[in-house]
Amino acid sequence: MQSMAARLAFLMLTCSLVVACSSTPDQLQREQREELEQQLQQQLQQLQDYPEPVFTASQVIPIDSIDVTSVYDPWEAMNKRIYNFNYHFDQWVFLPVVRGWRAVVPRPARIGVRNFFDTFRDVRTAANSALQASPKKFFQSLGRVLVNSTIGLFGTIDVATSMGMPRPDEDFGQTLGHWGVGQGPYLVLPLLGPSNLRDGFGELPDFALQNYIQGNLLAKPLRATVFLFDSIDTREKTNFRYYETGSAFEYRTVRWLYSTKRRLDVGK
Amino acid sequence: MTNNNFLARLLLGHCLWIVTPLAFATVTVVNYDFPVKDKFVATVIGTPADLQPDLPSVQQIKFQKKRLTVFPDRQVPDLLWYAEELYYSVALQDKPSPLIFLIAGTGASHNGSKNVHMARAFHKAGFHVVSISSPTYPNFVTAASSTAVVGHAQIDAEDLYRVMELIWSELDESIDATSFNLTGYSLGAFNSAYVAKLDEERQSFNFRKVLLINPPVSLYNSISLLDRMTQNIPGGEDNFAQFFDKLVKAFSGVYKKQDEIGEDFLYKAYRAMDLKNEQLAALVGVSFRMSSTSLVFTSDVMTDYGYVKPKGLELDRYADLSVYDQIFLRLGFTDYYHNFFYPFYKSMDPSISRDEFIAAVSLTAISDYLATAEKISVMHNEDDIILEPGEINFFNEVFGERATIYPYGGHCGNMSYTENVRHMVSTFTSVAP
Repeated sequence: MQSMAARLAFLMLTCSLVVACSSTPDQLQREQREELEQQLQQQLQQLQDYPEPVFTASQVIPIDSIDVTSVYDPWEAMNKRIYNFNYHFDQWVFLPVVRGWRAVVPRPARIGVRNFFDTFRDVRTAANSALQASPKKFFQSLGRVLVNSTIGLFGTIDVATSMGMPRPDEDFGQTLGHWGVGQGPYLVLPLLGPSNLRDGFGELPDFALQNYIQGNLLAKPLRATVFLFDSIDTREKTNFRYYETGSAFEYRTVRWLYSTKRRLDVGK
Repeated sequence: MTNNNFLARLLLGHCLWIVTPLAFATVTVVNYDFPVKDKFVATVIGTPADLQPDLPSVQQIKFQKKRLTVFPDRQVPDLLWYAEELYYSVALQDKPSPLIFLIAGTGASHNGSKNVHMARAFHKAGFHVVSISSPTYPNFVTAASSTAVVGHAQIDAEDLYRVMELIWSELDESIDATSFNLTGYSLGAFNSAYVAKLDEERQSFNFRKVLLINPPVSLYNSISLLDRMTQNIPGGEDNFAQFFDKLVKAFSGVYKKQDEIGEDFLYKAYRAMDLKNEQLAALVGVSFRMSSTSLVFTSDVMTDYGYVKPKGLELDRYADLSVYDQIFLRLGFTDYYHNFFYPFYKSMDPSISRDEFIAAVSLTAISDYLATAEKISVMHNEDDIILEPGEINFFNEVFGERATIYPYGGHCGNMSYTENVRHMVSTFTSVAP
């Protein structure tokens, strides 16, 4: 009972934080623009100490031009350090483990594991669809959970997809977005990668839900293993590799792509 | 009668005169069913997934990323710390087999989609595959370009050759190659021609067969064409933001209706977005600009030339780059050519003029070699968007029947089409070992 109350309090705290930190689109745009102008000023000032390059900002950028790929990112310096850390964690821990996983576990078993975790994600989608008052997605994902957890042998076989049941994907970040909460500042999470304040906090209730269900279904010693397998599986299916594009602008590109994708996901 | 006879003979003679050179000329492909007839659509969308051949997956061919130190003494600026070593990929056979090098196109990497597709096809056909990034890929500029200013036909070829030799000296210990072969698409095809020529002198590989897929004739002409495509942005470059916004909006409309992003998502998206040709052309121009942006900035940082980054300013790995990104969005590849590339090499060889320089970076400059090099074949498209009108005839004139010209496909849009893949592979398998 106590833990339930604690969880609820935690959830509410999370929500209020996200709401407090987010702003209306207009405000956000203004903040973004001010932020960007400040950055530009700083950079331009810094550049004045050096000989003028062949092309300068004042020569080629019209005054009223908009930086289409800009994203509100007041914590850029910190984010870039976490981005860098994630690369090294990938190199030394995550990717070697994924390679080991691939070498040791045969493909059919890996697919089974993936389906098993996807079934938990369907539960998450069902819960969030309910929170978004979206009956269609709620029944789609609930249907998937029912079919896969029974005929699909505890979720290890994705029967639902072969039956042509679509697989919507909703999380708590999208639920917040659905009710008008903005993304807030861009955030690179340790180990998890690109995110933003809203979605980053959104991870917590989703995680709590999954933890709660698994806690009821699985014996305690199994839970740690399951969490580990879930992380490995998630890394395996994520093709993204830090610094792989080779472009010095990769951080900016990824930031824009992520933010745009999340914006579209909310409208979906 | 006699008169008629004379006329007939004259006509026949004329016909023969016309037909004879054609009979020895380019193989023009007829009865070609590639379904995407529009050159811009083909270029942007490529081949629909169900018209691609069945090939083993990257896991099945064990397509592996590897790395190599090319210049042990090179100091790489902190901003580019991740690119000290050159990355490349291999997919090897268990038994002695012919080896093929693949060179990627402008701005593309060793594990970009086109190289990976070729690797799967050639591995299936029994080749050891070594896949190399384009010299214009930022990682190559940083780790393997001797000058870090790329786009120079001979110097790029020497850099590539050095890389190939180094890779082979590593592979030599573990595999047996029965012959060496070479192919590349787009700029990679252009590079392949120069690498093949260099190989005639150096003879490290003695390439058995070389295939050029959709090469440019004059590099300068092609980059000018691609640069100018951004002029298709409605209202010009100053309206880039609006254009971009529109594209994203159109895209989001499609995205929302889509349950899953499958292999054919791009194709479906294109059809649903109902883009006009100018918009597609603008898209090609924008994507070209983005890849040239990464490249030129890398060169600027590596050489400290002072092109956009002020000379002497050291940027670390956490530096804010928004100013540079925005400046580059406004600069074309031709700007780089005139204001960085040419002055950079001019300072090394003051005798060369701008026009001579432009003329030198072309296949025309080595046409004497190409005309006699029996080992080199060409696969091209009549409607390739990186060629000036009439430039396609160059292949007819120089390569004769060693050139095969497809009527459609745009720029590299048909490379994954079953018929083209078959052609690509048989070019190498039909030659006696």
